[in-house]
Amino acid sequence: MKTLTASVRGLAAIAAMVLLGLCFSPQPSSPAPAAPANRLQINAAGATFPYPIYSKWFDEYHKVHPNIEINYQSIGSGGGIQQLKAGTVDFGASDMPLNDEMLSQFAFKLIHFPTVLGAVMPTYNIPGVIQELKFTPQALAGIYLGKITKWNDPAITGPNPSVNLPGNDIMVVHRSDGSGTTFVWTDYLSKVSPDWKRTVGSNTSVRWPVGLGGKGNEGVSGIVKEIPNSIGYVELIYAVQNHLPYGEVQNSSGRFIKASLATVTAAAAGAATEMQHDVRISITNARGQDAYPICSFTYLLIPTKISDPAKRQAITEFLHWMLADGQNMVEALDYGRLPKPVVTIEMKAISQID
Amino acid sequence: MAGSTLFLDNARPGRPTPPGAAGRVRSWMRRLASGDEIAHLITLIFAAGIFLVTLLLVYELYRNSVLPRHKFGWAFFVTSVWDPVFENFGALPYIYGTVVTSAVALLIAVPLGVGAAIFLAELAPPRISDALTFVIELLAAVPSVIFGLIGIFILVPFVRSSVEPFLKSSLGFLPLFQGPMYGVGFLAAGLVLAIMIVPFILSVSREVLLAVPVEQREAALALGATRWEATWKVVVPYARTGILGSVFLALARALGETMAVTMVIGNDPKISSSLFAPGYSIAAVIANEFAEAPGALYRQSLIEMGLVLFILTFILNGLARLLILATTGRGTEHA
Repeated sequence: MKTLTASVRGLAAIAAMVLLGLCFSPQPSSPAPAAPANRLQINAAGATFPYPIYSKWFDEYHKVHPNIEINYQSIGSGGGIQQLKAGTVDFGASDMPLNDEMLSQFAFKLIHFPTVLGAVMPTYNIPGVIQELKFTPQALAGIYLGKITKWNDPAITGPNPSVNLPGNDIMVVHRSDGSGTTFVWTDYLSKVSPDWKRTVGSNTSVRWPVGLGGKGNEGVSGIVKEIPNSIGYVELIYAVQNHLPYGEVQNSSGRFIKASLATVTAAAAGAATEMQHDVRISITNARGQDAYPICSFTYLLIPTKISDPAKRQAITEFLHWMLADGQNMVEALDYGRLPKPVVTIEMKAISQID
Repeated sequence: MAGSTLFLDNARPGRPTPPGAAGRVRSWMRRLASGDEIAHLITLIFAAGIFLVTLLLVYELYRNSVLPRHKFGWAFFVTSVWDPVFENFGALPYIYGTVVTSAVALLIAVPLGVGAAIFLAELAPPRISDALTFVIELLAAVPSVIFGLIGIFILVPFVRSSVEPFLKSSLGFLPLFQGPMYGVGFLAAGLVLAIMIVPFILSVSREVLLAVPVEQREAALALGATRWEATWKVVVPYARTGILGSVFLALARALGETMAVTMVIGNDPKISSSLFAPGYSIAAVIANEFAEAPGALYRQSLIEMGLVLFILTFILNGLARLLILATTGRGTEHA
């Protein structure tokens, strides 16, 4: 008992000394000597979809400008928007453009800078079917609305005369987590189907009329792989890197297009004229012979007023670099690169930052 | 400055103070010097800290869910629509899914965990018991995403091809085991949860059983009980409260489990009587949608879901405790 008391007393004494030490320790008079004098840290947060390319960009840019460090947290578009609104990061990133109502909640003005392109495609698992299926917009909307329930429905067999489709029930799979992928998919369905637009609409999560939810691309493709006669949707990068079977989708010119980096960039080019007024337009179902219809930009959200001149210069220089050298790195990571007309529009927009 | 002079006046020695207060201060100083009071103070601060964190958590959940509470009121608890596009939110299918999956998990895990604990504590040779317990406790350290992955790639195909057809053919007359079989759904989620919570029940129950005084067993054996009778009629009832404590711990874990559940439950917010059907749980929808939830009402509705889960855990724990009181008529005399 005595030793216990002694040890308690000893602990208390140590605690008291530590506290005193904390109170009276001198303030560090100079910053850490290792860092260069003009070292600049920029914080950003947002979308997870472009994280691989963003982290590559920020890393490469740091090599060119060793004093500038951009720290990007891929916490999701919603989180990025919140942090930007609260002013805890210097810029944000979102897979989904902010609408006017959301912009009005900010205390400052924002510019959207499209950075890379992504695409979403239907993947399926039908026992006995090894051919690539062709999907019309009506077929995809019908399946996801729960109105087309069998694989041998005329809406599906029509464009696929050579494929022997079974009369089995279609099992619909969608993303359960809120995601830019779901936003693009539902944005597309809203454009091609008035029914979808009225009853479901588009968002990062929606109220699905039918189907099972899988978490992430891996969750959706996992369920599609496990359940026969199922259909799901996944991101281009995920489908390419995991060699998933995916179908062609009919574009606004009536041609069936397979998603690829080229057809995705073609879709963005088809929308470039409209982007002169506002880059926030959706590029699903875009015009153009070779345009893949289900794709979208992902955006950096940059405040128009950056009060710190060093940060302002660093961010604008980064944007210039991203639109030039940065674009040469995107296709190696399976992102679609920005078409030239869009780069020109964005170059002009950089001058609005002051 | 007035404050500081007052303070000095009070501290000046010789100033008359009420004798009672002075005595209390002196005795407090003595206890402080002996260390007891310091230990008391420090542990009190720790205990109060944990309590305050809980309070703060509830307060923050409450404060950050103003919009949906204002807009939906109590209807939030009893409506089934969850529509982020048209901003209409109701929690009922999620509450249902959380309760059903946890109930399935407990139905499987409690007999399994308690049975195994009885074997390991009472019947198995100590060396085997220690080795097995170590291995089973490792299960508790496996990250839940691993359980989810195993669930989706191994358990779900097995459930769809074997478990569900078997249940349908043998017990298909019950509404619980009807409808199409996808593999993912309440049943798969309950099974994964059961595997996850068994180590908690087993580990705690075994410790509690081992803590039962040897005299209890010896007395029963001396009265002519067989080994099993001594275990089942004397040791287990003696340890009952502790075993139930392990079940509460397991229930709390099951209610709040996120990752493994969302990977196998199907994530479809519907209320179905069949365990084969896909469903959704509160923790799963928060984890799924929070990161990408634009719009204040949507985000706050997800925060209110956190509050709902907190209340649900509170109610279920309370109900379970009441149930014990009602069935045993005794309180918690054995710890």
